[in-house]
Amino acid sequence: MIPAAFDYLAPTSVDEALAALAEHGDDAKVLAGGQSLLPVLRLRLNAPEVVVDLGRIESLRGVRDDGDALVIGAMTKHADVLTDPLVAEHAALLARATHHLADAQVRHRGTFGGALAHADPAGDVGAPALALGAEFTIAGSGGTRSVAADDFFVDLFETAIADGELLTEIRIPKYTGWGAHYEKFVRVAHQWPIVAVAAAVRVEGGTIAEARVGLTNMGSTPLRARAVEAALQGQPATDEAVRAAAAHAAEGANPPSDLNGDADYRNHLATVLTRRAVLAAAGA
Amino acid sequence: MTAVQEQAASEIGRDRRRKEDMRLITGRTRWTDNITLPGMLHLAMVRSPFAHATITSIDTSEAKDATNVVAVLTGADLGEAQGACINAWAITEDQVTPPHLPMPTDRVAFAGEIVAVVVARSAAEARDAAELVDVEYDDLPAALDLKEAAEDTVLAHPDLGTNKSAFWKFDSAEAGTGGDVDAAIEKARGDGIVIEREYRQQRLIPAFMEPRSVVVDPTGEQITVWSATQIPHILRFALAATTGVPESKIRVIAPDVGGGFGGKLQQTPEEMIAFAVGRRLGKPVKYTETRSESLLSAHHGRDQWQKLTLCAEKDGTVTGLKVDLLADLGAYVSLVGGGVPVLGAFMFNAIYKFPAYQFNCQTVLTNKTWTDAYRGAGRPEATFAIERLMDELAAELGEDPLEVRRRNWITHEEFPFTTVAGLEYDSGNYELATDRAMEMFGYDELRAEQQRRRDAGDPVQLGIGVSTFTEMCGLAPSRVLGQLNYGAGGWEHASVRMLATGKVEVVTGASAHGQGHETAFSQIVADRLGVPFEDVEVLHGDTQSSHKGLDTYGSRSLVVGGEALVRATDKVVEKAKQLAAHLLEASAEDLEFAGGRFGVKGTDAGITMPELASAMFAAHDYPEGMEPSLDAEATYDPINFNYPHGTHLCAVEVDTETGQVQLRKYACCDDIGTIINPLIVAGQVHGGLVQGIAQALWEEAVYDESGTLVSGSFTDYLLPTAADTISFDVDHTTTPSLTNTLGTKGVGEAGTIASTPAVVNAVVDAVRHLGIDDITMPCTPERVWKAIQGVAAGGTTEGASMPHFDGDEAGTHSTEGAGA
Repeated sequence: MIPAAFDYLAPTSVDEALAALAEHGDDAKVLAGGQSLLPVLRLRLNAPEVVVDLGRIESLRGVRDDGDALVIGAMTKHADVLTDPLVAEHAALLARATHHLADAQVRHRGTFGGALAHADPAGDVGAPALALGAEFTIAGSGGTRSVAADDFFVDLFETAIADGELLTEIRIPKYTGWGAHYEKFVRVAHQWPIVAVAAAVRVEGGTIAEARVGLTNMGSTPLRARAVEAALQGQPATDEAVRAAAAHAAEGANPPSDLNGDADYRNHLATVLTRRAVLAAAGA
Repeated sequence: MTAVQEQAASEIGRDRRRKEDMRLITGRTRWTDNITLPGMLHLAMVRSPFAHATITSIDTSEAKDATNVVAVLTGADLGEAQGACINAWAITEDQVTPPHLPMPTDRVAFAGEIVAVVVARSAAEARDAAELVDVEYDDLPAALDLKEAAEDTVLAHPDLGTNKSAFWKFDSAEAGTGGDVDAAIEKARGDGIVIEREYRQQRLIPAFMEPRSVVVDPTGEQITVWSATQIPHILRFALAATTGVPESKIRVIAPDVGGGFGGKLQQTPEEMIAFAVGRRLGKPVKYTETRSESLLSAHHGRDQWQKLTLCAEKDGTVTGLKVDLLADLGAYVSLVGGGVPVLGAFMFNAIYKFPAYQFNCQTVLTNKTWTDAYRGAGRPEATFAIERLMDELAAELGEDPLEVRRRNWITHEEFPFTTVAGLEYDSGNYELATDRAMEMFGYDELRAEQQRRRDAGDPVQLGIGVSTFTEMCGLAPSRVLGQLNYGAGGWEHASVRMLATGKVEVVTGASAHGQGHETAFSQIVADRLGVPFEDVEVLHGDTQSSHKGLDTYGSRSLVVGGEALVRATDKVVEKAKQLAAHLLEASAEDLEFAGGRFGVKGTDAGITMPELASAMFAAHDYPEGMEPSLDAEATYDPINFNYPHGTHLCAVEVDTETGQVQLRKYACCDDIGTIINPLIVAGQVHGGLVQGIAQALWEEAVYDESGTLVSGSFTDYLLPTAADTISFDVDHTTTPSLTNTLGTKGVGEAGTIASTPAVVNAVVDAVRHLGIDDITMPCTPERVWKAIQGVAAGGTTEGASMPHFDGDEAGTHSTEGAGA
């Protein structure tokens, strides 16, 4: 568990970090909280020549209110997301999912942006970010650009962040007053979810007015369960109605087969967990 | 004895906090990897990525040129100096045993086998250079599946001509301990009940906390070896026997060792290579494995197929049991190796009065990591099989599983009882332990809840599992081991040194690796000598101070090592008495010993043990004909095994929509005889339970079709944490063992042995009304769900493990230094 030797850079601004990435190109890897990168280095699955640590860039940290949205700095630690009152009020789904993310040690080291940029489809924050329609602010040598959630996750461990770019902020529209629940299915508490479902719903007088549902580990990226969302709209928040809508959960999914379950089993789990997540989010 | 028993009330039975824990928990102690010697070099191993391959070339030139690399050595370079890894237990005279070189020169037989070692000035430099060793392999077909390997379709070692290592049989009719099992089965086919099942004991990884580590210092007259091992004494023997270095020139030290669970009951290639490299270079060397290397190449456990036939009369009285085992040895016959299933051979009949019994075991070589002892070693497998079968018999009869057991078990009036496997159980009370466990568990209420849930069609069903286990531990009577062709004895040694200042040093040959020997042994000695607990120092794990011993495994330390200690202590008391009589000018018969003081009956005159120790140190005045020493030692060879037992009851909730299994309640009442330290016992039981539950629900070492260990990290090899378990209700009945002075029984393995079938029985019980009578371990949610869906529940999941780490970059070339 000794990584190959690398040079370590710790820029204190985004511009310095971008300059470092521009200089070292493919030889550089970005270190956020290190909860995925360090195991990779220690297992020698990757051997970058330069590691660019973003940990000293203060501007990348924190949650702020930006009118109709929250803006979360990419280097905000999971533990800070979890305890942030703005997140609790306006993006409860993210707080729910973060609560279940790994363990306390990882949550105090790992960062929201780092997890999103790593884009492990089994990661816990991708599905809620997707479901909530987050916008991703990406900085590059030519300035910053904004990428919609639907375009951010490209493939397994692959995002819209191009070489030489950095994810700096995640903008999440406010879902004030929405019910939220993250239903995570694991065999042991510390493992990646076998399947998890992130659901946020707006209930008006017992009817589901709007629903947003994201799936974790049901494909090579986090997925939106749009068929479920559509089927839920206007339905009563009852077991029967939600069950019928949740039956669509695996539509379009392409889950992996591994030691924890094959794709068919995951497809089945997605329907059960979606029903449970939506009902819990609806307070039913 | 009366006086000693009064003393016993003060320390034995007291829940002393462990005196070793401050240093162990804070890490302010000497683990092997902490040791740094002047000029010490570091080793990194180059391991085969292939399960079976011919080594066609090894190019070490680039690695040798790397910064601060001192040497790169192959098996050919080391030659005979590398010694060999021994098998101490050929279970049959014609056992097929492949030669096992620490570093093979021509062919690798499992993925993870070492082919070269890099020696550098730092561990990082050694690791870097290991990537530069270029090994060319010719891939060979690999024998991977145990059943297929038993058919010899692909050979793990082509030169041997077969994968079948040894066939070991016990038949009660032939042994004269019981009837003819085939006749019993035949009869039951006509007028009784025959239960036939096949169970899988999945492969497990011991996963001890401290990875293995070894330091070799060849710079003195003696070569000193520090190793994170359970067996310093056996390791010294093996080093000497296979390298030609005289045993007297080798000192092995097991400093504080962070767990083993049987996984450090091994003479490892890594130890042999470090020893050879240290000798060759004349410099101290250290090797510490990574967790990945540990999971890959430290020995695994279990891995059996069990074909079982239980026959009974219509009323549920069992008339016979036949066992046919296939046991996977992995690539080599390890230190104990094929003996592990043989240790189970005597335990399939468990606590029951079966009239006929037959055990057949075929050990099989495959191209996977070698297997050996893992907590329980043979006995968990046996207990699982019989306790699963007893639940199946109960289901067949439509009876409560505890009732069926009551009908068949040995009643407490029947002890001592000679079993159909030929063992004499000295003591036990299964009725008492069961009654207590049922009371703790709330058995009747949970059964009622189970019925309610079934009637209501609740998506979450409740299951109740029973395991009434016994085991044989306290390894072992040397004569019995001799009869079983084991290569060593089973005695243990202890000595007691009375220091001039009144302190006491106790030296034990049972080398602890986390069990709490220092505390428990101090309590025993404090009681018997009447000295303060704090004044007793327990020394172990160094062949120089603890020169005789057979180490720690098989729940032997207290029942064998503790008895040796009792006997040594009694000799000290006897000597002290002579001295006291002399100094008090009294007859020895007029002395009474209490509270560490010899008093002259009916007077105030007396002398304490520390005063006697000081007097004997000065040696100015002591009896004629007596040596000037109170010190004593004893070597104790047990006369019998030791038979703890207990009743374990488990309730689980099974979510029929997902297959998820959630522990609801776990209650157990173990009878482990006299308890020295209840706190240590609680720790052993809790840890043991979790480890056994983990076999039932979570752990499995899985290989893919090319022989790569898929569950090669804790991402995929699922160890539970406290978050995954529940609070256990633990209690004890006390039926003292009759085979040792203190009446103790082993507790190190009990929880692990008992809990696995209790959990699986509970899972099956939760869904039995849906037509299910088995779910393969580990009972994953997927397997449970598929069983409910009517899909075969025994199958393995298709598809490789999903990568959680991006593996598309450098360092993954399969033939170049594929270290772990």
